[in-house]
Amino acid sequence: MTDLIAARSQMAISLGFHIIFAAIGIAMPLMMTIAEWRWLRTGDNIYLTLAKRWAKGTAILFAVGAMSGTVLSFELGLLWPSFMNWAGPLIGPLFALEGFAFFTEAIFLGLYLYGWTHLRPRVHLATGMIVALSGVASAIAVVIANAWMNSPTGFELVDGRPTQIDPIAAMHNPHAADETIHMVLAAFAATGFVVAGIHAYLLLRDRANVFHRRALEIALVVGGVTAMLQPLSGDVLARTVAHHQPAKLAAFEALFRTQEGAPFLIGGLPDADRQEVRYGIEIPYVLSLLLYHDPHATVAGLDAIPRENWPPVAIVHVAFQLMVASGFIMAGLAVWAGWRWWRGQGLQHETALLRALVLATPLGFLAIESGWVVTEVGRQPWIIYGVMRTSDAVTPMPGLWVPMITFTLLYGVLGLVVVWLLKRHIAASAVGASTK
Amino acid sequence: MSLELILAGIILISLTFYVLLGGADYGAGVWSLFATGPRALAQREAVAKAIGPIWEANHVWLILVVTVLFTAFPKAFALLSTRLHIPLSLMLIGIVLRGSAFAFRTHDVVPRSEREAGAQKVWERVFAVSSVFTPIMLGTTIGAAASGRLGGQADTFVDMFVRPWANPFCLAVGLLALTLFAFLASVYLLLETRDDGLREDFRKRALWGGAVAALMAGAVFLLSKNGAPYVQYNLAYTTWGRLTVALVGLSALAGFVSLWQRRYRSAFVSTIGEVTFILWGWALAQYPYLVIPGATIMDAAPTPTLELVLATLLIGALVLFPSLYYLYRVFKGSIILRALE
Repeated sequence: MTDLIAARSQMAISLGFHIIFAAIGIAMPLMMTIAEWRWLRTGDNIYLTLAKRWAKGTAILFAVGAMSGTVLSFELGLLWPSFMNWAGPLIGPLFALEGFAFFTEAIFLGLYLYGWTHLRPRVHLATGMIVALSGVASAIAVVIANAWMNSPTGFELVDGRPTQIDPIAAMHNPHAADETIHMVLAAFAATGFVVAGIHAYLLLRDRANVFHRRALEIALVVGGVTAMLQPLSGDVLARTVAHHQPAKLAAFEALFRTQEGAPFLIGGLPDADRQEVRYGIEIPYVLSLLLYHDPHATVAGLDAIPRENWPPVAIVHVAFQLMVASGFIMAGLAVWAGWRWWRGQGLQHETALLRALVLATPLGFLAIESGWVVTEVGRQPWIIYGVMRTSDAVTPMPGLWVPMITFTLLYGVLGLVVVWLLKRHIAASAVGASTK
Repeated sequence: MSLELILAGIILISLTFYVLLGGADYGAGVWSLFATGPRALAQREAVAKAIGPIWEANHVWLILVVTVLFTAFPKAFALLSTRLHIPLSLMLIGIVLRGSAFAFRTHDVVPRSEREAGAQKVWERVFAVSSVFTPIMLGTTIGAAASGRLGGQADTFVDMFVRPWANPFCLAVGLLALTLFAFLASVYLLLETRDDGLREDFRKRALWGGAVAALMAGAVFLLSKNGAPYVQYNLAYTTWGRLTVALVGLSALAGFVSLWQRRYRSAFVSTIGEVTFILWGWALAQYPYLVIPGATIMDAAPTPTLELVLATLLIGALVLFPSLYYLYRVFKGSIILRALE
């Protein structure tokens, strides 16, 4: 294994691990706050129990997210020192902003978790809302930094060095708004569907359980609304990618040849050497229509890009397919659930819907992970698109497979422990709140 | 005063907050490992209760230090993270294990009777051991930044990535960080506890911790003759350097006497003073270097970035300090009042 591959793997594993906890840390505070708000409004103690149970799980997940996030802030330098030396003055201020958002989140989460008896109910609810808001704020700051790597702005290149540094212009990069909206929606949708899936499973075994019914409703509102918005956000983002990163878009669709009236590809295994796709279904004109609202528009293919600047096409295409498919299934389930909620006798009677929700439990996080593969692998071979190659950014430190294996094992063990702990939490919630 | 100097000063202030607050959380973990005697369980519970609501907020000071460093002083950050890859990675492993194990222990769903059994015992152990390990690595990296070995190119892997930190001076700084954190924690804990027996336990620990920390500070000073000559020279042969060393010595002595006489308010003030003087003495003594000899504070980002970071920090501080004050007033109100009485 080369040091470059080891460094990329360690970064991928660290981000892939952290993003799960970060997404949950964005969405769970909103859900526990909604539960607490319902308790204050209705006086129904089941909502209070729910808020407390969710808060306890959130406490564990947030801590792991905070610690793995710390690792990432150092890893930027440990693995990519030249990148940080170059980009620090441009995107560093975003991380400083994120630092303050994280400060606010940690302070008010401490108040929320330990303040049930210290604070008046309305004040306590307000601390939860601040946690939810600052979680979103820190996600926005970090994703704007990633968006800058996709469409770098705010500098002039002179002899390969940045001059005329303007960090505000770096924040206003073309990907910033579209990518952050996509990620924040994904965090709410993925977390909502995991929680909905868990409570749907428990509800199937105990239909009279009001605790699980309330939990399912809140999770579906948060996850469902965002899942329905996500395809729209994805559509807007794809047009931005087409405009600023044609190589990445061509890899999404495994479009080897520049063509008018480009088809939309469903499924398929691209072979970059032979420049062909096997087992795919092509829907004529749809890609041109989606990107340019014109069925005959020309879409740039990979042939417009020098071969050494191609991303790994097969990985990007398959990940893109997984992300889009998961997203559409979730949006469909959200519509179905909304319909049955409106017209039915209560979701606890909708056996088919509940079973489908159980099956869909991991889909949101599958979409998030594959979405990160899409954006990160799709940007290769660049770390800063069109400006700095990933291979030029890696640390001179040899033997990088050692830290890579070490952090992989560390995160593997931590992941297993967290799953085991959460299983105990869920088991306790099923027993503890089996009320009518 | 230049923007570079202001931002370097803000990094130092943030690092001071991290040491005084976050450092004490690690120190509390040290006392969890060394909980002994009839009140061992009570000692561990006092530690968990003291740091529970605040440790995550305290931890963020480190993130602030790192982000401001890589934004304003990218060269220093790139140098540190390249040459000190090994101790920084070890520190990160310690950070992850400490934080996760503490959260697992605190927020697991187990009845109180099982608190000291099974998995709980494992989390407690991991939390306590990583609370000892992490500060040593943090101190070691700070020692390496001061040692004068980080700059230029070296021929072999060992010279490049190992020798800059694996030496007696840097490891002594690591142990100094550990003992100072433990000392701070014991003084805070004795202010927080209302039980007389428990308070005596922490008083004894504070006396021992303070003595060992003072010895370590002396050892670091002696080792710095070869280990960090630039810093040693400034501390030993300049007026302000000698003044700082004297202030450290005086506050250490005052802390010891106050603890002996059970005057806890003045023990609190002198301990904070001692730790702050050590940190600031080190920082002044390596001025204008951030990393000796590879990066100074003049190796900074362009002015627009520095202005933006400064504005961010000032606006951020307007949100941060009231929030932090509120957090401490809610959970540590009685202690703050007692200390200010």
